[in-house]
Amino acid sequence: MPFKKPVQKFNAAINAVELGVGEKKIVLGGQNVMPFYTFDNAIENPPRIGVEISDLGFEDQVPGIRDFYAGCKTVADMAKKAAELEDVDFVCIRLDSADPNGENAPVADCVETARAVSEAIDKPLVIIGCDNDEKDAQLFEKVADALQGKNALYLSAKEENYKSIAAAVGLAYGQKVGAESSVDLNLAKQLNVLISQIGVDAKNIVMNIGTAASGYGFEYVISTLDRVNSAALSQNDAMLQMPIITPVSSETWAVKESTATEEDMPQWGSAETRGISMEVTTAVAVLASGSSAVILRHPTSIKTVAKLIKELI
Amino acid sequence: MALKGLDIFKLTPKTNCKECGNPTCMAFAMKVAQGSIEVTKCPHLSEEVLAKLAESTAPPMKTLTLKSGDTEYKLGGETVLFRHEKTFVSKTLYAFTLSDTMDDAEVKAVMDESLKVDYERIGERMYAELIFVKYTGNADRFVELARKAAEAGRGVILSCSDPATASKAVAEIADAKPVLDGANASNYEEMSKIATENGLLLGVTGENLDELYDTVEKLEALGNKNLVLNVGCNSIKTAFEAAVQIRRAAILNKDRVFGYPSLVDVAAMAPGDEAMQTALASLFTVKYGSIIVLEKMTYAESLALHGLRQNIFTDPQKPMKVEPGIYPLNKADENAPCCITVDFALTYFVVSGELERSGVPVNLLISDAGGYSVLTAWAAGKLSASSIAKFITDYDIENKIKNRNLILPGKVAVLKGELQEKLPGWNVVVGPNEAVALVKFMREFANK
Ligand code: SF4
Repeated sequence: MPFKKPVQKFNAAINAVELGVGEKKIVLGGQNVMPFYTFDNAIENPPRIGVEISDLGFEDQVPGIRDFYAGCKTVADMAKKAAELEDVDFVCIRLDSADPNGENAPVADCVETARAVSEAIDKPLVIIGCDNDEKDAQLFEKVADALQGKNALYLSAKEENYKSIAAAVGLAYGQKVGAESSVDLNLAKQLNVLISQIGVDAKNIVMNIGTAASGYGFEYVISTLDRVNSAALSQNDAMLQMPIITPVSSETWAVKESTATEEDMPQWGSAETRGISMEVTTAVAVLASGSSAVILRHPTSIKTVAKLIKELI
Repeated sequence: MALKGLDIFKLTPKTNCKECGNPTCMAFAMKVAQGSIEVTKCPHLSEEVLAKLAESTAPPMKTLTLKSGDTEYKLGGETVLFRHEKTFVSKTLYAFTLSDTMDDAEVKAVMDESLKVDYERIGERMYAELIFVKYTGNADRFVELARKAAEAGRGVILSCSDPATASKAVAEIADAKPVLDGANASNYEEMSKIATENGLLLGVTGENLDELYDTVEKLEALGNKNLVLNVGCNSIKTAFEAAVQIRRAAILNKDRVFGYPSLVDVAAMAPGDEAMQTALASLFTVKYGSIIVLEKMTYAESLALHGLRQNIFTDPQKPMKVEPGIYPLNKADENAPCCITVDFALTYFVVSGELERSGVPVNLLISDAGGYSVLTAWAAGKLSASSIAKFITDYDIENKIKNRNLILPGKVAVLKGELQEKLPGWNVVVGPNEAVALVKFMREFANK
């Protein structure tokens, strides 16, 4: 008896969401098959890779990243350098300086940074806040105003601050809203519903369903991705069909597998190699479970994940 | 192929005698098809029919046993495509490679580096369970390396499609019960003979899925059902397709020809590129690889991949727990303050990670809270002033630690008053609500 190939084709698809403008704009999502299952149907838009930079620079900078940005004087220089990497599809700028518990930089300064970064690159831009709900809301409103017409994505609107962010980013300035929930299908869906009720078109929403590093309760991330993906495709749930973006590097470069120095853990070997390994492992696992984009830092991780995506699509 | 209720009904006597406890033979047949009743409950079925039914009602993927040193591992036996449906039962095993092209120095380097990786993470031993010994034409060297691998006390996979050489190597290390990987469309009869005579698992491969399918059918016809399916390495794309299709065929189509565990040689797909091998190993750990072969097992690869595997193969209903006790962080000694939290593994990881990031020496106290998170444990009465006081006594904390500052999770700030009464010698401090705030909190606390 010949082998009968099973096929899982769905009558529903993940939303195709455009980021950026001009020649280098990209589309996230659009697929109607399980992640990388090109044998079920062609996948038009491969998963995308963003590079993450911070307006404060990162602590514990590893040599490979430090060397890569050597000579850059401003955040805009760094963004330009990062955007020149062939495997990078978009650039993410974290406005860490805004954090009221840290430098507490005024909104106007951050707007200037965002504008300078946006002018330095021709690839799509993702704006990441400082993880303070109130400040992010103020920040995104002003940045979105300054970046009108750039079609940038803002990470993130959460249950606590979605109202003003969705209204400013999604409605007033017509850009993309990132909806962040914490590793739970129902919470993810509820936030999408709330943001849609404000009037933001589903096609202007991207989800961040929550994230973790491999080994750190990562099974919840994988299962939430699996469940969201299957609700979107097999149950045609329109409130879960937004493409998913997963910030990977901010998690993986903070855990001890990546931060412990070689002096502290001599048998573990190079901290940089460990960090790359954590970043690559985590990124590939979320892509294989349905994330349409990942955010990374190390040039080697970016190159490796990009190569794997090319091989699979 | 699995039988449907109607097919099973045709095999019953159709007398409706009710001896099986069902009103009709049809009802019985339906239950058998669902797997809710054993076929043997009907006393009127012939041996032949029983055998046929036993085969068709067996689980979709066989569970096979593999030896690694003194430990036995299960391969296969999976029943679902996604872990939220049901636990993935047989964790992925990792192998590193010795090839007959490697000289002594190379062999030693790979063995030293890979065997060194052996540690414990949340109660589980993390190491490369297997050594993949690869034949490319030098038979003597291959046999020699097979012996070396067997002596290392790990499981062995012999990768060899030449029956004469394979049989020499098998004879040399028969006691180690290696997996013999190398059967294909042209040699399967001889390879199967070697494997069956020595009681070994046989690895089968094909140029494509159709050829593999055909060869497995032929091997089954020979009576060999101890198989592992090598997904091949013509390209990453075809290997991924094969791993997915094999699993889907078994689970979705109940096609037992592909109801076997898989083997993925990622070393062969990305030779010399450690980062790419890590990427591929991650992909195949998430998507259906039973055995994954790397060039070597480094700490960098292991920390990431074994952590991933431990998460993926966790029972979704049962949270992972860490052992209660004292966990000194940032070189804390008896003079460092204490932070207390619950034994839910995720809580432990997040909290210990943030505390480590603060750089402040601190003794993390993990109390027994039934594996629940802070709020759930509190709601369930498993984290209370009494449970914390009891923990302090049971684990003799007052004699082991001199510092008398005890930092409580902010979410259970309500416990402060009662706890302060129960622990008179201590200064109970309320910590932040969220772990992320610990870095700042600890630095400020240390400066006071
Ligand atoms: S015992 Fe067998 S013959 Fe009797 S009712 Fe059940 S299935 Fe039918």
